[in-house]
Amino acid sequence: MSILMTLRIALKALNRNKLRTMLTMLGMIIGVGAVITMVAIGKGAQTTIEEQVKAAGTNMININAGNFSQGGVRMGQGMSSRLKPEDAEALRAVPGVQYVAAGANTRGQVIAGNENWSTQVQGTDVDMPMIRSWPVKYGAFFSPQDVRAATKVAVLGNLVAETLFGPEFDPTGEMIRIRNQPFRVIGVMASKGQSGTGQDQDDVIFVPYTTVMKKLQGQQHINNITVSAATPDVAPVAEAIAQTLRVRHEIMPGEPDDFMVRTLEEMASVRSETARTMGTLLAAIAGVSLLVGGIGIMNIMLVSVTERTREIGLRMAIGARGKDVLMQFLVEAVVLSLFGGMIGIAFGFGLAAAAERFLQWPTTIPPNAIGMAFGFAAATGVFFGFYPARKAARLDPIEALRFE
Amino acid sequence: MAPILQVRDLVKTYAVGEHTVRALRGANMDVRAGEFVAITGPSGSGKSTLMHILGCLDRPTSGQYILDGNDVSRMSKDELAVIRNRKIGFVFQGFNLLSRTTAIDNVELPLLYNGSLKMKTADRHKTAMEALNSVGLSDRYDHFPNQLSGGQQQRVAIARALVTQPTILLADEPTGNLDTRTSIEVMDIFQTLNKERGITILLITHEMDIAEYGTRYVRFRDGRIQADSPVARRRDAKIELAALPPPEEDPPIPGSGDPVPVEHLGGVV
Repeated sequence: MSILMTLRIALKALNRNKLRTMLTMLGMIIGVGAVITMVAIGKGAQTTIEEQVKAAGTNMININAGNFSQGGVRMGQGMSSRLKPEDAEALRAVPGVQYVAAGANTRGQVIAGNENWSTQVQGTDVDMPMIRSWPVKYGAFFSPQDVRAATKVAVLGNLVAETLFGPEFDPTGEMIRIRNQPFRVIGVMASKGQSGTGQDQDDVIFVPYTTVMKKLQGQQHINNITVSAATPDVAPVAEAIAQTLRVRHEIMPGEPDDFMVRTLEEMASVRSETARTMGTLLAAIAGVSLLVGGIGIMNIMLVSVTERTREIGLRMAIGARGKDVLMQFLVEAVVLSLFGGMIGIAFGFGLAAAAERFLQWPTTIPPNAIGMAFGFAAATGVFFGFYPARKAARLDPIEALRFE
Repeated sequence: MAPILQVRDLVKTYAVGEHTVRALRGANMDVRAGEFVAITGPSGSGKSTLMHILGCLDRPTSGQYILDGNDVSRMSKDELAVIRNRKIGFVFQGFNLLSRTTAIDNVELPLLYNGSLKMKTADRHKTAMEALNSVGLSDRYDHFPNQLSGGQQQRVAIARALVTQPTILLADEPTGNLDTRTSIEVMDIFQTLNKERGITILLITHEMDIAEYGTRYVRFRDGRIQADSPVARRRDAKIELAALPPPEEDPPIPGSGDPVPVEHLGGVV
């Protein structure tokens, strides 16, 4: 018998008892609907998490001067003086690089009025707030002109501002002294709290890196460059950066780098771990709901086989082979699950939209989720339809015809 | 003329619990084309078992069964299904029509399982319509079984058995659920098909008077053939029908009255 004919017979059989067909499909509808909704909510949450992790700076790539040896004595990271401001400028041209900030750091005693505090003085560039998604609380960050002119302006970390001027005070325009040199406060960063490594990120003063080089340290080199990649996929960008610097520093193939490129792999792995956990959770929910739907189909198909024993006997008597009967019931089960799946997909879309609208949960339905749900529905139909179908196919025609 | 159906030393035993039931103990029979054989016997005589083997629904424990030149006694289940589809037409006591399925769709059913026929839908309809016409029900082709009387349902079942132009027509107690008049009507159809179209009929019944519509009479007892003879005084259904008072009205079409309670398949889902 052709598959088209089998399909027609299956549709007719399902049409004969609409209520039961609907109730059986309901299992699949809820199963597939739940999968779609879960995936939508999960994806939405994942996107939100990704944005939050990105705010923490996973796109960041740090380039430190380092690996400098003199007479066999290897110096630690940041000791080499070969990283130059021009290197930072050159990195802006590397594909995938979004922001670049040269860095020159020092520590020093800061004095404001009769308060003083020892803190880290970070010389950086105007891109820093963008790279670290770090807004200012009062005032403004310094401008390119400040960097060019190496002006003595400072943007305080929240902790430094509170220590020197007290909480809830806007010190913009106040004068402070760093290593006995007067600096004008032009802004205060928003509080950022501890970093992933337990460092207080608010215990810092930002000044133009040129100011550190020329006014505080008197050095020609910079200590580090901070780069942010346009996408979270930082590895190829880091590779390109390393190549660019090797060329600029005229390092021969085989020679070690005189700099170090570091990405926040730990953060990135946290993110992928989160995504994986979410995925596993969703797969589990999907599995359970489809399992329940599938058992519903199996249950009904078993009842159906028993009820239609005489029909099966008759079909066999007039020439249906075992595989014809098997196909008939299998196709019925698959039709049930596929129709249920289709309605379930629509149901899932509705539910996801409702979650977004009424619960303000962000939802995203990835296009492959639809195909996946459909495939799972079909597989469920085949898997759970097979046993009842085989039971029907193995009936003895004589017994089946006698069945009351 | 070679017989179209040959049965040699047919034995069938069943294991029922610890007992072995010997349903057939060496049956021998030849049937030639165009015969109308009535097989009778008390219950437990083995006539049902014989009917199952003749209908290729079951295989003998030993012995040989040759149908239309094919030894079907050792065929596989799937091969038997094909033989049933092409060579045998079944008529059952309980009609066994698919419920909520029109008469014509019921008649078409065997054609659907004939893969080698590759019939187009229109051809299938035409063939089924011809079969319905031969039992005088072409005007009821779109009726459902529960809209037909018992006699009409049995005629649809006969049309279904005829649609593949089988070698033999096997009727198992075809009048068991029918009243006297419709029984005679059904026998009339059998006699007409046998006489005018030369269709070979094997009729299994336990009613002696029904057996007398056949041309040959085979009596079963204890798994063997006890008597095998031509029917001496053959009954003619047409003459008997003419002698009966005129039939009652056709059953009302549902919607215009009570549906006729009839037995049909409990097809659900």
